[in-house]
Amino acid sequence: MTLKTILPWTLFGLTEGRVTTRWRGEGTEPGQAAFLGMPRFDPSRCEDGCRECVDVCLPGAIRLVPGENRDYPTVDYGRCVVCQMCVEACPTGAFTRSSDWAFGSRTREDLAWTRAAASPQGVTLKREIRRVFGRSFHIRHVDAGSCNGCESELQALNNPYYNLHRLGVFFTASPRFADLLLVTGPVTYAMRGPLLAAFEAMPEPRFVMAAGTCAVSGGTNGGGWACGNGLDGVLPVNMYLPGCPPNPPAIIHALLILLQRLPQRVRGGQLDSLEPAAGEPHA
Amino acid sequence: MSGSPAVMIEDLAPAELVTRCQAALGEGARMQFMYAWFPEGPTAPELRYVLHPGRGCPPHIWRCRPGDEPPPSLATIAPLLSWYERETTDLCGVLFRGEPLPQPLVLLPGATVDRPPLVPGPMPHLSYTPSPQDLPQLGGATREDVQLLPFGPIRADVLESAQFAFLYAGETILHYHPQLFFKHRGMEQRFEGLSPILGAVLAERVSGVGTVAHALAYCHAIEAAAGCEVPRRATWLRVLLAELERIYNHLHYLGHLCHTTTLKVGEAQGKYLEESAKQINSRVSGSRLLRGLLTPGGLRREPQLSSLVATLAQLETEFQQYADRLAATTSHLDRLMTTGILGQQLAFDQGATGPVERACGLDRDPRRDQSYGAYAELPLSIAIAESCDAYARQQVRIAEIFNSIAVIRAVLAGLPDGPLRTECRPPPRGEGLGWAETPRGTAYYAVHLGADGRLARVKIKSPSFSNWRVFPYTVHDSNMMDYAINEASFGLTVAGCAR
Repeated sequence: MTLKTILPWTLFGLTEGRVTTRWRGEGTEPGQAAFLGMPRFDPSRCEDGCRECVDVCLPGAIRLVPGENRDYPTVDYGRCVVCQMCVEACPTGAFTRSSDWAFGSRTREDLAWTRAAASPQGVTLKREIRRVFGRSFHIRHVDAGSCNGCESELQALNNPYYNLHRLGVFFTASPRFADLLLVTGPVTYAMRGPLLAAFEAMPEPRFVMAAGTCAVSGGTNGGGWACGNGLDGVLPVNMYLPGCPPNPPAIIHALLILLQRLPQRVRGGQLDSLEPAAGEPHA
Repeated sequence: MSGSPAVMIEDLAPAELVTRCQAALGEGARMQFMYAWFPEGPTAPELRYVLHPGRGCPPHIWRCRPGDEPPPSLATIAPLLSWYERETTDLCGVLFRGEPLPQPLVLLPGATVDRPPLVPGPMPHLSYTPSPQDLPQLGGATREDVQLLPFGPIRADVLESAQFAFLYAGETILHYHPQLFFKHRGMEQRFEGLSPILGAVLAERVSGVGTVAHALAYCHAIEAAAGCEVPRRATWLRVLLAELERIYNHLHYLGHLCHTTTLKVGEAQGKYLEESAKQINSRVSGSRLLRGLLTPGGLRREPQLSSLVATLAQLETEFQQYADRLAATTSHLDRLMTTGILGQQLAFDQGATGPVERACGLDRDPRRDQSYGAYAELPLSIAIAESCDAYARQQVRIAEIFNSIAVIRAVLAGLPDGPLRTECRPPPRGEGLGWAETPRGTAYYAVHLGADGRLARVKIKSPSFSNWRVFPYTVHDSNMMDYAINEASFGLTVAGCAR
């Protein structure tokens, strides 16, 4: 029976050819065409006294801050769940749809919109991190109370299209073999203990990534009597990736930033242009 | 709401509950769920029981004010109500007289709250000292071969958090106990105080892989409360989105099922087809999980349908070949047949829903039986299988993918013109019940609005809450080697169950 039933699968697998995307962090990605990322914000278009965007922002990512002459809105993309409600509510086009999904950031501050976004800092390569982890990086995922949306996209990383293994990145069952603790969800009261235990079991050096807006800030689901507000104050975070959920290339991009194989693209809540500057590392 | 039958509300005295429940079940009705809320202040709970009298009839609601005496438990008559009663005790502080299993359900062992979280008032304070759960006493001095295997809450691979205790002897599982509420986020409470429009954004985030159906059931509830008529074009497009959600979920399911039977190429191809479906979702809606379109009164914007006919045709061709190949793979089918048998009566009594229920020969689907939206105008066929095992559950899902593609094609061919959205403002103190068939079974949302027109209480009945209750019955007395296949064949989510 074995040959007769398995042979068609083997032949199919051999004849189907490679379906894996060539995307490694440069340029645009055809598989993500039309995917909506974080709305872009242009405060110069804001009208005095308008708070339409603030009123429709469920996770409180858009807030009014006092300015010299008037209050003006500001955005913390670490709280954004990409629901696009602000784009629809804004009467002046200060918020517009965009494909900005590569929001992986080493610092929480870089997810908050700032008026004068600095040009991206050149990446200083720590050769040691690349040498040790560059081609063999093991992840222990912990679901700390997600809606299962982030898991759906994390599971997609191992499908033939993204084929995470080709980049030398693997999921592992035991935290004792893990280099990275990848956390989803706002951290429920009951998952806080197991999460800390998993972190304690990891050998050093170890990294922590907050994947998805819930893990970054609590998003729409954090808070309340049963939930925390993400990883801040729970574990030291090395990589923040908001998104609801982040799409697989955004997760891959964030992992490669952590491994210093790609530069971070977000500064002050804004992405740099797509063309990598000369001398920047490639995956 | 267009095409939906009217829901009746009937007042019952606590003393009538037992006899009315017995009578209703005797006439073939099924209790769907129950919940409590507090319209008259924190000391006066009101209970709601939602039941389905039968095919073609709208759901029926019983309203009951228990007064000073604890209301009777109906769990010995309608067993599926046990989890709802225990949850109501945990979260609303209502005790039930004669509840057969009065342990907390949602609160983990060792977790206590200083006041029930869903009773109106200040935010409760929770304290938690993890403690072992109660397990049946098996084994002992004469049965040293009986072992306890605790597994989780962090499990191998990228999986949702849940803890399973297996009591087993050799290969045989004697008893299985899942603890599913490590992920309880208090989602029902998160709705309180929101405007009905923002509630839809939250409903999309209760169970990520059920984004559309959860938001749809929520919107139906708000629209029922507002008495608003959704434009025809929006009802057709909502069907399209709901069926796209079914397709990518079922494709994921098949890939994962192949993973558990170690059919490696079948796993890769199933997950590749799932990826193709998610990329279609992204082109249609801008979101791979189809988020950001549904809103009470219709849709927020037009989906992009320009390339959908062609991409769907290609997906169908590839899926047909995949399904044919699975059907010819005896090593895969051998592992599914007779695995995880769920008897028809058990499925009905314990509340199985969706493909799990239809794989037991139970011909039930609210898309037809309590029809909503545009389904009555479209070529919907309900897939049924009779063998009650993992194979039947796979066959139902394969048939549903083909039917979903046919339904979407019919939507694209006959899509009516017109507006996408209508004004939808539910009145203060209004209420509504909505439902939708998710890829996992039926989701209900019951909404109550406060005097300020904002959400005062939202009850979510998710299909995984129902199917997780049923699942352990198929595990007791089975064997370890079949467990992963059986669990995959149910297609459960923890987020939907825990909320």
